[in-house]
Amino acid sequence: MGSELNRLTITEARERLRRREITSRELTRDCLARIAAVEPRLNAFITVCEAEALAQADDADRRLATGDAPDLCGIPLGIKDIYCTRGVRTTCASKILGDFTPPFDATVIEKLRAAGAVFVGKANMDEFAMGSSTENSAFGPTRNPHDLERVAGGSSGGSAAAVAADECLAALGTDTGGSIRLPASFCGVVGIKPTYSRVSRYGVIAYASSLDQVGPFAHTVRDVAAVLQAVAGADPRDSTCSARPVPDYERALTGEVRGMRIGVPKEYFVEGMDAAVEMAVRNSLKQLESMGARTVEISLPHTGYAVAAYYLIATAEASANLARYDGVRYGLRAVADNNIELYNRTRAQGFGAEVKRRIMLGTFALSAGYYDAYYMKGQKVRTLIRRDFERAFEGCDLIAAPVAPATAFRLGEKTDDPLKMYLSDIFTISVNLAGLPGMSVPCGADARGMPIGLQLIGPPFGEEAILRAGDAWERSGGFVPRAPRL
Amino acid sequence: MAQEKISLEQVRHVARLARLELAPAEEQRLQVEMSEMLGYVDKLNELDTDAVEPTTQVGESGTPVREDEVTNHPAADAMLANAPAREGFFFKVPKIIE
Amino acid sequence: MNNDAYEMVIGLEVHAHMLTRSKLFCGCAADFGAPPNHNVCPVCMAMPGVLPVLNRRVVDLAIRTGLAAHSKIEPHSVFARKSYFYPDLPKGYQISQYDQPLCRGGYIELPARQGEPRRIRLVRIHLEEDAGKNIHADSASLVDFNRSGVPLMEIVSEPDIRSPEEAVDYLRELRGILVAVGASDGKMEEGSLRCDVNVSVRTRGATELGARTEIKNLNSFRFVEKAIVYEANRQIEEVGAGRRIAQETLLWDPEREVTRPMRSKEFANDYRYFPEPDLPPLIVPPDLVESIGTTMPELPAYKREKYAKDFGLTPYEVGVLLGRDDLGDYFTQVLAMGVNAKSAANWVMTEVLRAANESGKPLAQAAPEPQETGALLKMVEESQISLNAAKNAFAAMCGSRKGAAATVAELGLAQVSDEAAIAGACDRVLAAESAKLAEYRAGRDKLYGFFVGAVMKAMGGKGNPKVVNEVLRRKLAG
Repeated sequence: MGSELNRLTITEARERLRRREITSRELTRDCLARIAAVEPRLNAFITVCEAEALAQADDADRRLATGDAPDLCGIPLGIKDIYCTRGVRTTCASKILGDFTPPFDATVIEKLRAAGAVFVGKANMDEFAMGSSTENSAFGPTRNPHDLERVAGGSSGGSAAAVAADECLAALGTDTGGSIRLPASFCGVVGIKPTYSRVSRYGVIAYASSLDQVGPFAHTVRDVAAVLQAVAGADPRDSTCSARPVPDYERALTGEVRGMRIGVPKEYFVEGMDAAVEMAVRNSLKQLESMGARTVEISLPHTGYAVAAYYLIATAEASANLARYDGVRYGLRAVADNNIELYNRTRAQGFGAEVKRRIMLGTFALSAGYYDAYYMKGQKVRTLIRRDFERAFEGCDLIAAPVAPATAFRLGEKTDDPLKMYLSDIFTISVNLAGLPGMSVPCGADARGMPIGLQLIGPPFGEEAILRAGDAWERSGGFVPRAPRL
Repeated sequence: MAQEKISLEQVRHVARLARLELAPAEEQRLQVEMSEMLGYVDKLNELDTDAVEPTTQVGESGTPVREDEVTNHPAADAMLANAPAREGFFFKVPKIIE
Repeated sequence: MNNDAYEMVIGLEVHAHMLTRSKLFCGCAADFGAPPNHNVCPVCMAMPGVLPVLNRRVVDLAIRTGLAAHSKIEPHSVFARKSYFYPDLPKGYQISQYDQPLCRGGYIELPARQGEPRRIRLVRIHLEEDAGKNIHADSASLVDFNRSGVPLMEIVSEPDIRSPEEAVDYLRELRGILVAVGASDGKMEEGSLRCDVNVSVRTRGATELGARTEIKNLNSFRFVEKAIVYEANRQIEEVGAGRRIAQETLLWDPEREVTRPMRSKEFANDYRYFPEPDLPPLIVPPDLVESIGTTMPELPAYKREKYAKDFGLTPYEVGVLLGRDDLGDYFTQVLAMGVNAKSAANWVMTEVLRAANESGKPLAQAAPEPQETGALLKMVEESQISLNAAKNAFAAMCGSRKGAAATVAELGLAQVSDEAAIAGACDRVLAAESAKLAEYRAGRDKLYGFFVGAVMKAMGGKGNPKVVNEVLRRKLAG
């Protein structure tokens, strides 16, 4: 039996690396071995970067040997294949990018490289981040490590599953309508979507520009805080990125929740919700109350309109963001006699069905005569949703809710009905529309053992509050997540 | 039963705008799916938004700018490395008829 | 125009390349002449994941232009995505401005050809990025993205122009303003300025606008003029024959000198504009506009007025002097030597201009340094040399590149103003021409000119005319 260093948390691993009890190479090798063992069943990675990872690990070990190494030095991470990584093929889980190999790194990738992190591979996802199950990938679905017949959630399913299956210690995902929180909930790991503009989007392949945000997955809140620390902050290459100073997130993990007012939105406990989900969420809130927090019922009256507003705004922005995929400068190029054919065929052949659906919807929402009724209307309702949260936060410090109405569904269960699939995001989408930070922490499991996530939502730049509450909950022992049997 | 919120002709028009070549079966399916979605988003009309400003930015205000300096240096081969077709330092495409 | 029953109604849209070192949204060089795809980066080539960041100098230059055109500088303007597909447009959309441009309104004042100066009103000025360039080879097209992302200002006029000459005047004046504020180098032939012309016709006296056509991408004054003449006449013919004008986009064919419709209508008219989510609104604080206002240069219209008023120059003289940048500059520098404005203007418009035209060389090489010309003219003012002598000296200076003082000395052109010397010459002449003297004193005044000429000849042409006249008159009077 080999060592299973891949099952360490970042907090544990960095300590042991610092003390030179283990090396990054050993740690990375264990992750790569785990990848080799489970990938045939899991399909969490599109590209495994064995040679690059080991080279990075060796570099990390050199830095660690000097005794002066950054926090994440030597820690193996999975990277959603939506991040441009210099010299490493980046597909966004689409055929249309072909063998596109970026000549540049995304800003957060640069930061992680500078922090000495190791990249074990590019994680699977829904094509162009459009999906809630990672069934829309051109490279096959990622399965849920807790039940291989079930989805891992999406669109960052590969990243969540890779962490849950201990293929890496943490992973980067992105969240536009719930794409970090949902897979975190389904796979039983921690995932955080920071405040919009907290982390640079430069080099993150764009889906919906006013909604996309970078965020990490890990096994613990403390680990997630560590990765967030490394990637957050100003970037002169992203005009929407905030220059607000980044606090010390780990310092916020005091374990103290006395006096915290936790808002519980009545609209998020709907009929048709899984009973196990409701029970797990309510139990975790009771636990937090017993630790000194106070729950208060709040109302977010426009919750029911969020999915509709999102599917107008996100698809509209996406229809323009995806216009650059035309076969001229990179990626797939169809055989064509003229340029109209070039564009029509390349895009027809290169994009999957869900992507085409959203491009069509978004194009229509912006088109002449429909702009006001659709795109503009969606943006106005977005304002109402934002105001709901502003009003709510006048009376509470953070908001707690379920992440999804149910646990992970079966593969193929929702692929026939796009609208049904879209409604998986019903509890997560408002948070993106309002630009707020949101985190999923494991809080229970259903009768089949499928994980359930507790969603903690903060005010703008309120990451510390939700990290503190999540960490306190996690350490209270209220629920101990079980490792998947793979 | 989704009423027809979008006609087949409109679907074709949108596909032209979006440069997506659709097979007839795809066109039909998209008509159904788009009708369903557009029917669903109709619920937004329950809300009176006449006096509401649209949100187009959720970040902070202020206009980030950069200095007028040349900071990029020629790297034509790197920029052309992913080109599906090239001729010399150009990207090659089917002949454009003006 | 060959038909007085109709008038033409013209509006112009000018796209001006802005004089910046780097592009609008990335740090690539914005200049021309580089090998293909050498001034490109992931941003202006629209690789996945890239984002735009605004060049601050572009905002300054646009504000300067807006101030010069008397426009309102909007404190809050918005960038927008304009979507269409074309191989030279890498993102599949252009970042431009739509319903909230940086500048609104304003006007360009045209120098008066006759009567009062005309004002052509502006609709707006906004910022946008340029696309790349397609080159057509035999069996394929080749795309170069060097120009993709270069900053453009789009300046849109109201349809206030009523003749091809006026259109050219407008363009010339606009170019003068753009060059003066430093926003553009004004070199239309190099592509720094492109012009789209909207043309319609209507019966004279009508107030409604007729259907218009748009002629795109004209890059010379000559083409603008010819295209307008052709298209207006074509429309008048159509209308006269009872046919409708189709609202279409046209190109000017310089070979056959006709307008013809653009064949490809791949440009769907539905641009699906929406606010650019990757860029926050452009906030221009009032104090920025104020501080830019204090650094504004002298603008053409202001210069014209000043020249006319302060220097007493006629509109014609002003027109000639300010018609060429190099001539205007030259004049300004001559003036700086303290020379009388009228004399300076005259000299520059005659001697200097002639020297430049005859030599075929640029002004700087054909004529002496303006400081030296100024010095020469000052010598005339101070009666050190005669005007004629100055002309000779000038001609010599053009070739020799020597200074005024040195040339005058070398050619011995210094004027004599010494009364005694002049008196002496007068005495000698009067003594030699006693008969004519008697005739003059008897009343033949016309002989005065003869005596002046004789005295000047005796002095080798160097007599100061004023003093000669004074002394000679005294002596003739007896």
